[in-house]
Formats: sequence, C-alpha cells, structure tokens
Amino acid sequence: MNAASKFAGANDRPMVQVIDAHKSFGAFEILKGINLSVNKGQIVAIIGPSGSGKSTLLRSINHLEALNKGEVWVDGIQVNRPLTGHAFEQHINSVRQRMGMVFQHFNLFPHMTVGENVTVGPIKLRKMPAARARDLAMELLGKVGLQDKYDAYPSRLSGGQKQRVAIARALAMEPSVMLFDEATSALDPELVDEVNLVMKQLASEHMTMIIVTHEMRFASEVADRVLFMDGGIVVEEGPPSEIFSNPRMDRTRTFLKKHLAG
Amino acid sequence: MQGLDFSVVSSYLDIIWVGVWWTATITVSASLVSVLGGILLAVAVLHGPSALRYPMRLFSWIFMGTPLLLQLYLIYFGLVQIGIDIPALAAGIIGLGLHFAVYNADILRAGITAVDMGQTEGARTLGFSRLQTLRYVIVPQALLNTAPPIGGNLIALLKESAIVSVIGVTELVHSAQLAISETYRPFEFYVIAAVLYYVLNLALEGILKVIETRVEATR
Ligand SMILES: Nc1ncnc2c1ncn2[C@@H]1O[C@H](COP(=O)(O)OP(=O)(O)OP(=O)(O)O)[C@@H](O)[C@H]1O
Ligand SMILES: [Mg+2]
Repeated sequence: MNAASKFAGANDRPMVQVIDAHKSFGAFEILKGINLSVNKGQIVAIIGPSGSGKSTLLRSINHLEALNKGEVWVDGIQVNRPLTGHAFEQHINSVRQRMGMVFQHFNLFPHMTVGENVTVGPIKLRKMPAARARDLAMELLGKVGLQDKYDAYPSRLSGGQKQRVAIARALAMEPSVMLFDEATSALDPELVDEVNLVMKQLASEHMTMIIVTHEMRFASEVADRVLFMDGGIVVEEGPPSEIFSNPRMDRTRTFLKKHLAG
Repeated sequence: MQGLDFSVVSSYLDIIWVGVWWTATITVSASLVSVLGGILLAVAVLHGPSALRYPMRLFSWIFMGTPLLLQLYLIYFGLVQIGIDIPALAAGIIGLGLHFAVYNADILRAGITAVDMGQTEGARTLGFSRLQTLRYVIVPQALLNTAPPIGGNLIALLKESAIVSVIGVTELVHSAQLAISETYRPFEFYVIAAVLYYVLNLALEGILKVIETRVEATR
C-alpha cells in the first residue's frame, strides 16, 4: 500500500468514480451496474474470468465504449457528459488527455520512431515546443529504460520494449490516472517482468492506476485494492490480503483456486 | 527513302527542353493533385457526412467512367461556356490530377480501412480528435502501405500527361510535333521524345524508390 492512499483524507473526492455503469452489446448486458471509486494515488487491480467485462469497464472509463446508463467521473469531470456532436467531441478529447491508456497490443504508431510516438501527443495536443517535447520524451524513455531507442522504429523493438514505449507515450500527456488493460498478456513470459517493473515504479510515485490483469501475484504485490468481477458485476472487493487469502464469496474462491494454482 | 539524321535534333533542343520542362511540371503538379485529391476523396467517402458521400460517388463515377480526353475537353472548352475560364496548363493539371485522384482514392480507401482499429484507439485515447487521428496516424500509414500501387499510378500519370497536348500545352509530345512540322522528321523527334520519357520515368522511379526505402525502415 502506498502512502498517498493510506493518508487520503475522507473528504478527498475520488480521482475516478464509476456510478452504476450499465453496458450492453446488442441483447447482452456486459456491465450490470458497476460502482467503482479510486482515490488519488490509489492502485486498483481488476481481476476476473474471461468475458466478465473487465476490458469493457476500463474502456468505458476512457469512453472507448459509451455506457448505456451510469456515470464516469475522472479528476472531477464527468467523462460521459450528456453533450452531443461537436461539443461532446471537444469535451472528450480534452478529458481523455487526463487519462493514459495502455493496451494489450501496445498500439504504437508504426510509422513514427519511438521518439515521435512519445512526442506527438505533447506537440500536437499540448502545443509543447519540439525541443521541450524531446526533453520530456528523453526523460520518460529514460524512466522506462529505453533512451537509446529514441530513433528506432517500433518494429525493431521486442514486445516488452514496445509496451514500455507505450507507457512512456501515455505518460507524456501527464495524465492524472493510468489505465492498463492486460499490459503484459501479449508478452513472452521472460518479457513480463520488465513491464511490471515499470508499473511498480509508477506505483511508487503515487500514480493513480487501474490495472486489469490476469497475474494474481502482480495484483497482490502492487494493488491497494482488488476488484473481482464476474458476469458484469463486482462480486467482491477489498485489499489484496483479504481477496487473495480470505475471499468471502464462493465465486471468488472458485476463480482463485484456478488461477493461484501452480 | 529519306536517311535518318539525328543531327537535325540539335537545332531544336530549345523547343524539346520546353517540352521536357512542361511534362515534368505537369507530372509533378498533377501527381500532387492526384494524391491529395485521392486522400480527400477517400476520407470523405469513408468518414464524411452522408450528404457528401453521394456527390463524391458521382464525381468518382464521372472520372472513372469517361475518357480522360473527354474530361480535358470538358474542363478546358466546356467550362468556359458557364463562365469558368481555366488556362490550358491549369486545366491539364486539374484534369490529369483529378482523373488519377479517383484511382488513388480507391486504393487509399482500402488502405485506410486496413489500418488496425487499435491505431485509432491509441490515438483517440491520447486525446486526438477524429480528424487529427486521420491526419497524423491513419492516413500516413495508409499512404505508406499503398505506396507501390500509388507509385504505379504516378508512372501511368507521367505517360498519360502527353494527352494534355490536345488542349495546346507544349509538353514533350507537343514540342516534338512542333519540331516535326518544321523539319518533317517524325522518326528522329519521336524517338528522342521516347528516350526522354524513359529518362523522366527513371527519375520518377528513383523518387519512388527513395520513398519505398523510407517505408521499409518502419517495417
Ligand atoms: N464491441 C463488442 N461487441 C460485442 N460484444 C462485445 C464487444 N466487446 C466485448 N464484447 C463482449 O463482452 C463480453 C465482455 O468482454 P470484455 O472484453 O469486457 O471481457 P474481459 O473481462 O476483458 O475478458 P478477457 O479477460 O478475455 O479480456 C465478452 O463476452 C465479449 O465478447
Ligand atoms: Mg479484456
């Protein structure tokens, strides 16, 4: 547990708040009334079986999926404000700059060098002068251990390196919260640790993070709080010590038995 | 039978160079029109408001379904009648450019559709608007991925540029004809013109190679 969350005052409004989120794809209701509240500096891990709606929830926070019902608040701003057309476009583009999102498949821009991937956001969106953006990118790439790859194209990088660049790219927007959707699932096992290490470092710097993961060990090491989702609801949540060692719900126990084995 | 005598060409080099210059100018300008126009058409058809899509289809149909010759006549001689007077050179560049823009648009439309959805999501989550996403992320990738077929179109454009002579632009074929009308030596001047087209072709292929190398660097 990190200090910021430990000492977060009772009046602190949450950095991320999801209120009664419902989402259907066609006839299938994938999110069935999710509530989630993440304080500044807190790290929440979301676990659960495949198809339980973890990605959908994370994508709803970023409005890659539009909720059918419910509200999402980030940094005091409602993400899914009831605006339409151009007004909503402007709103969502600005609120998205407060969130960094990291995908399973990296989604780096292959036609840009590593440096360009990291600087394009600051230059085009934050109107940062190119020289300053370069300094910022160098600093962030240094942080993820990839300064020497500044001029390389993503195609030349390993999966672990790609994901670290993707994290640097997200950080370059200086977001208030980072969202990770199975950041290490597409990686060869030997490359998982280097990415987890970067995420742990972010945790130690009190970045607010929501981490969807299949890695129970990592979740227990890094998270302040763990959410177990199944069938579109939050079945159980609590500190990792409780969820992993002493789960209250049968569904949690069954899931963990499968995933902690070995 | 008259013997071949290429030495006659040397006194007409001035006019031949004029032809080379205009062919190169028309090719470069019309290429730009065809690529930029192709991008605009492709984006409009894929992402534009539906009010725009049908006019775009009609536009594509006109430029794909009719001969380039007719299109040039229409732009140069036809539009004057409704008060739009375009100089021959501009009419040639516009006609040639739009004709190939329609073909480039077809290629680019497929290229844009083929870019992974994750690219759009990656850009949108950073805070890029739809338009910025297209401009900085999707269209550049589509252009890189479709560089070979678009390059093929530009080579075709270079050759087709000769047709602009019909509206009186002194491009290479037209300049050869001018020299022939004074010397009555069609063989020599057409051969020279052919050789010069070949050289221009090589130059264009050289430029396309440089672009391809740049593309390869990202793979
Ligand atoms: N765009 C979509 N259209 C239709 N169905 C979808 C869409 N996205 C997700 N689903 C469905 O919603 C359900 C939940 O998907 P989601 O990706 O949120 O699950 P998840 O918990 O992230 O699973 P995993 O652990 O496999 O990543 C799945 O059954 C999926 O098939
Ligand atoms: Mg998922």
